[in-house]
Amino acid sequence: MYRWTLITILSIAIIGVSVWGYQEHQEKNAILIQAENNYQRSFHGLTYNLDLLHDKIGSTLAMNSRKQLSPQLAEIWRLTSMAHNDVGQLPLTLIPFNKTEEFLSEIGDFSYRTAIRDLDKEPLSEDELATLESLYEMSGNIESELRKVQNMALEENLRWMDVQLALVNNDEQADNTIIDGFKTVEKTVEGYSEGKLNTSLMGTSSKKDGFTSLGKEKITEEEAKRKMRKLLQIDENTELTVASTGKGANIPLFSGSFKEENKTGYIDVTQQGGHPITLMINRETSESKISLHEAMKKAKKYLKDIDYTTDLAMVESNQYDHVGVFQFVPQIEDVWIYPDAIQIKVALDNGEILGFVAKDYLENNHKREITTPEITEKEARESVNSNLKIEEHHLAITENDLGEELLTYVFLGTLNQDTYKIFIDASNGDEVRVDKLKQAEIKY
Amino acid sequence: MVKKISICILTFVICSVFFMNAEENKVKAFSDQVIQQGATGDDVIELQARLQFLGFYNGDIDGVFGWGTYWALRNFQYEFGMEIDGMAGQSTKQKLEKASEFDKNYVHQQIQQGKDFTHYGGVDKQKQTEPSQNKTGQSESDKASPKNNKQGQQEADQQQQQNQKNQGQPTATEEDLEPTAVNVPQGFSQNDIQIMANAVYGEARGEPFEGQVAVASVILNRVESSTFPNTVSGVIFEPRAFTAVADGQIWLTPNESAKRAVLDAINGWDPTGEALYYFNPDTATSSWIWSRPQIKRIGKHIFCM
Repeated sequence: MYRWTLITILSIAIIGVSVWGYQEHQEKNAILIQAENNYQRSFHGLTYNLDLLHDKIGSTLAMNSRKQLSPQLAEIWRLTSMAHNDVGQLPLTLIPFNKTEEFLSEIGDFSYRTAIRDLDKEPLSEDELATLESLYEMSGNIESELRKVQNMALEENLRWMDVQLALVNNDEQADNTIIDGFKTVEKTVEGYSEGKLNTSLMGTSSKKDGFTSLGKEKITEEEAKRKMRKLLQIDENTELTVASTGKGANIPLFSGSFKEENKTGYIDVTQQGGHPITLMINRETSESKISLHEAMKKAKKYLKDIDYTTDLAMVESNQYDHVGVFQFVPQIEDVWIYPDAIQIKVALDNGEILGFVAKDYLENNHKREITTPEITEKEARESVNSNLKIEEHHLAITENDLGEELLTYVFLGTLNQDTYKIFIDASNGDEVRVDKLKQAEIKY
Repeated sequence: MVKKISICILTFVICSVFFMNAEENKVKAFSDQVIQQGATGDDVIELQARLQFLGFYNGDIDGVFGWGTYWALRNFQYEFGMEIDGMAGQSTKQKLEKASEFDKNYVHQQIQQGKDFTHYGGVDKQKQTEPSQNKTGQSESDKASPKNNKQGQQEADQQQQQNQKNQGQPTATEEDLEPTAVNVPQGFSQNDIQIMANAVYGEARGEPFEGQVAVASVILNRVESSTFPNTVSGVIFEPRAFTAVADGQIWLTPNESAKRAVLDAINGWDPTGEALYYFNPDTATSSWIWSRPQIKRIGKHIFCM
């Protein structure tokens, strides 16, 4: 009797466990399939979009009427952004695929810039046509490579979940058709972008060589340490850990950090010239005792004390809980130098400086010839949308989309409840940029 | 005779009560600070309410000194022939106090009840607020005060009346109010900051503060870069991009430090030197990531291009 009861209970238990296990298994499979389907959708979307992209570039080349050309280029721009989006949803982060992504965004930039141009006045140049032709060829190659991968994946029922697993477990041993296919695509693009593409036309090589005003002299680690202690306001009793940057850094730095009981700090100092570039002090601030205005004065004085002796104009001031964050730009005579921005953070409980960033300043600052504006403020005002009520204006140096510095009139104006900042080129009255200035957001 | 005396006393008490109420409303006006753009808090609420009373300010009274308040203040300074600097200093505040009224009880009550309201001068207050959903709000306190006066007449007990009055208006406004809005960096919402704080906390909660700012910077650098998605959420949820996303640690509740780190990174602090990748050298399995040019090490992470 006892034996039978035991057997019954055990068999019920076994049946129960297997039912439960089967259900779990089913559920897991359902989720896996769902994840797999998401990947498949992005992958097939990508190949389709690249296919279309290739065709569209081709028909652009064959096109004669300019009326059609602009929409066609806009279409190419849209397709690149869709393809880029698809790539972002595939688990490709750990395999080298960035050249292809760069290529996609370059096509996008190129087609966008030509699409918005008035092609009647300024038709495609010979160089641009040549660029377009090489883009056509290249996108064709990518397309056929991807089609090959797609075909294999469909033939052999390859799953993206396996790609993911292979990548997680270490790519060294991974012999995965899909990964190999993508690597081939990447190699094709790499070969092209080194050789055949005219990069100046693609607008990506305009990266300026900054940090020209740092000075030649290199400081030693000891000097850097002394400087850091002074800026972090710590004495010899606190341990300061200093390291210098590796070869990936765009400028060599010394980085220092310290840790006290309820306060930590971090600082970057350039090796050339020993300029502080980033300073951060982290501690709790629990109440506001000084006003934002007071804090701003403290920030200005601090910057003056550490050698930013030019006049500073305040571009932004914000209170976040119990800290004030300010952005300043140098003001030379009446001209605000927007590229040389400095950010600074002040605690509102005791006015201590909790951090500043001079990266933009150090990167962009150089001796500038500030020309006098060619049009008057009144003329510039006429280029501003007449619905805006202009409240304030000043002269400024700012960067346009291509990263070139321009002298502009800056107008602050309101339209209904919103405030806008409008940059008007001081040489020809062109509208360079319009920024909507952010209002506070309500708490939800 | 007794009757006359008692009437005299009663009138005196009532008068003094009214007087004291009036005093109370006046005494605590602006604090001494110079209020400038970007500030938040009680003084800003008063500033906005007073500017609205005079018709200069048409936005919400939310306690954040934004652009709307700035232009309103400048217009006020212009109209009253003062120096136009867009800051509320001593003389501006005095002029404002003279020119306008500030019904502190009303404003604070509305804010505490989370209602849409305005504070224009010369308009019936009842019309400037939305009807209360539950009847406990304004209507009750309105009823409460005349009743209190009657009670005072009967009992002539000032102390008790004060107590009752405080009970009738639980929003007795002495303590500072939280603004109903917050400053957010240009181009970001509180929710964007929250998502980033989640990612930073999941990825780097054991790291020093600069390590957390660094992780937030990498996310932002990726948004800027052409080889990554162009939105914060696109970057964070890119498959295999962050381990915290893959294993669900992103859904832990972030602490204040992670939020501060994200705010710093958005405001321009980037200790990584424009890095796009980082990895933990103890656990990294991909050989490709080791081949990237390294910039620096912060905490446990190596940051690279």
